Amino acid sequence: MGKSENIIELKHITRTYEDGFSAVSDFNLEVKRGEFVTFLGPSGCGKTTTLRMIAGFDLPTSGEILLNGEPITNLPPNKRPINTVFQRYALFPHMNIYENIAFGLKQKKTPKDVIEKKVKKVLALVDLEGFENRSVATLSGGQQQRIAIARALVNEPEILLLDEPLGALDLKMRKEMQIELKAMHDELGITFIYVTHDQEEALTMSDKIVVMSEGKMQQIGTPEDIYNEPKNAFVADFIGESNIFNGIMTGKLKARFCGGEFACVDDVEQGTHITAVVRPEDVELTAPGEGIISGVVDSVIFKGMHYEITVVSGKNEMVIQSVRSATPGERVGMRVDPENIHIMIAEDHTNIFAADINPDFHLEYNGHILDTSVTKIIKGSRRTEDGTLLDAHGEVIDPKKTKIMVSIQPSDIRMTDNMEEGIVQGYISNLIYKGDHYSYVIHTDLEQDFIVNDEYLWNMDDQVGLLMPVDKMKFALKR
Amino acid sequence: MRKLSFSRKSLGIPYALFLLVFVIAPLLVLFYYAFTDGQGQFTIANLTGFFTNPNTMGTLCYSFALAIVTTAVCLLLAYPIAYILAFSNMKSKSVILMLFVMPMWINFSLRITALKEVLTVLEGNLAMHPFLNAVIGMTYDFLPFMILPIYTTISKLDKALREAAMDLGASELETFLKITLPLSVPGIISGVSMVFLPAMTNYVVLDMLYNSTYIMGSLIGSYFAAYNWHGGSMIALILLGIICLFTLLTNGSEEENTRGGALL
Repeated sequence: MGKSENIIELKHITRTYEDGFSAVSDFNLEVKRGEFVTFLGPSGCGKTTTLRMIAGFDLPTSGEILLNGEPITNLPPNKRPINTVFQRYALFPHMNIYENIAFGLKQKKTPKDVIEKKVKKVLALVDLEGFENRSVATLSGGQQQRIAIARALVNEPEILLLDEPLGALDLKMRKEMQIELKAMHDELGITFIYVTHDQEEALTMSDKIVVMSEGKMQQIGTPEDIYNEPKNAFVADFIGESNIFNGIMTGKLKARFCGGEFACVDDVEQGTHITAVVRPEDVELTAPGEGIISGVVDSVIFKGMHYEITVVSGKNEMVIQSVRSATPGERVGMRVDPENIHIMIAEDHTNIFAADINPDFHLEYNGHILDTSVTKIIKGSRRTEDGTLLDAHGEVIDPKKTKIMVSIQPSDIRMTDNMEEGIVQGYISNLIYKGDHYSYVIHTDLEQDFIVNDEYLWNMDDQVGLLMPVDKMKFALKR
Repeated sequence: MRKLSFSRKSLGIPYALFLLVFVIAPLLVLFYYAFTDGQGQFTIANLTGFFTNPNTMGTLCYSFALAIVTTAVCLLLAYPIAYILAFSNMKSKSVILMLFVMPMWINFSLRITALKEVLTVLEGNLAMHPFLNAVIGMTYDFLPFMILPIYTTISKLDKALREAAMDLGASELETFLKITLPLSVPGIISGVSMVFLPAMTNYVVLDMLYNSTYIMGSLIGSYFAAYNWHGGSMIALILLGIICLFTLLTNGSEEENTRGGALL
């Protein structure tokens, strides 16, 4: 078995353009017969390019595409038993509906009476009986979409490719078509490969989702896997809403992030730097002091089915979906069930913290002024004579409501014994030897963890000040 | 004091005046001369004369033949050029387009004179091939009017349509025959009507080529040169009738595709 189960295999597919841009790089995928697979990602992630290579409209620069184990990499599209539903339908405007649907069958020299029977059957399948003699222009977007699907399905392809087929429809029609497409898939047993940027669409319809970003596969799995166990911060952020925190494993099944120590179910080695993902609907509000962490409600938005509550805890922000409302300014506690905390081993150890803009328009963190100009950080902004700050569009920036996210690499931070010299103070809560340097975790007085790389050995629990050169910092505006 | 006020209607006055002076009035004059004789009496002799005179009828048939051949040659040359143009990348596109549009920037008489010299060198005596030279001269002059509308139509075609045809099993050739060609018919009709009618009447090209070929334009010119305004007007009127008929036949598809000409 094994091999014959896969209807299509993509092996090390790379597509590079003449200007050196790689739309897809080293893409590997196996699709089983009858599966509903969705390529999901933001625009420009390479999902459509991959689909076009499967259809044969685009050829990979390197790599191999196998259909039923046979290479089809360089086969022209008309020689592939694969049909496509195009984003803007691409119905032939000079043919009526019957001629459009019959096009593929005529190409295969199918007898006329067979064509007639099949067209009738497929029109019934898409719920448009009797439309044979209508012209394309008289059809609504939704009807054109159904005809486009019928035109592809009538050829009984081994694989049906769908390139954002519902993108041009309105929300209500889209929801209906999602259900119908899924039903068609279940009924016909044809393999569907579906491209979309709509995560909800992908989660609703697919057996398997391939999340893509910048030409690379980020994660492949069932909708449940992708949603509950995102592999990295990109996937977590792209699929649904997430609270994403940097943190560290402090013990067996214990992780510290967002200023609290949480029990979790992911067994990651103590001392590992982690990224923790908590879905907004998994955070439980408690009375202050009863939760694992506490904070102050910053904003409450009614969303119909629930309230979206933003709570500020120390220097962190937690977004919560709750059926219970809260009032801004209220102190609340928060707890999360261990199985609802998803721990990922951090790939990127960049330290990120939020700095304020003080009334003199200087950047301030922990009472220290960072020697840089605010107008330089916020692109296109300028100071007016009366002392207000305007952004590139001439709108006033309120320093009290604006935060600047500062990021700095672990190797750019230095530790010092002279506590007063440092921008922020803390103690060494963890250290790991990484071969040529030590990686330290400094737990600061502001309840944040900083990761610092240093070639010299410091001791656990040493009190240190952190020196951060301003020219090594990167800044981003956060409203 | 009265305020000056413009209604939208009053903006149409200059156009109406223009139409009256330069279209309606000359047409009335044309009608008057066509249906009167030298004494100002009503007559249809000019009309019957045209259709009974073997010379004028011969010229009409010959003009038709010349216009048909010229249009066909233009179409056969223009379609592949327009097709290549539509599917070439940005850089080579502008070069090819320039190649065919640039001659239009050079004075017409200069172009034709240059062509005459080239043909003289090639053929020796221009009088040897009057029909061939007439076709060459007119094709040279009218080719861009055929290329541009076809090019506009093809380049506006959705790329996905051809991909869809290939996807449904059509080869490159079948895709061209079943999708690209039928969908570029509006451009072809637009190009044909822009070339066919001038090819029947534009005798200046022929005159400048010292061409003995006699077409409808030359015929009208000769009548007026001989002070036979009545006969000349009737021929002009008959030609107008032919043009009207032709326009009616092609009207439907032409409307949406006149942008090619506007490029010039």
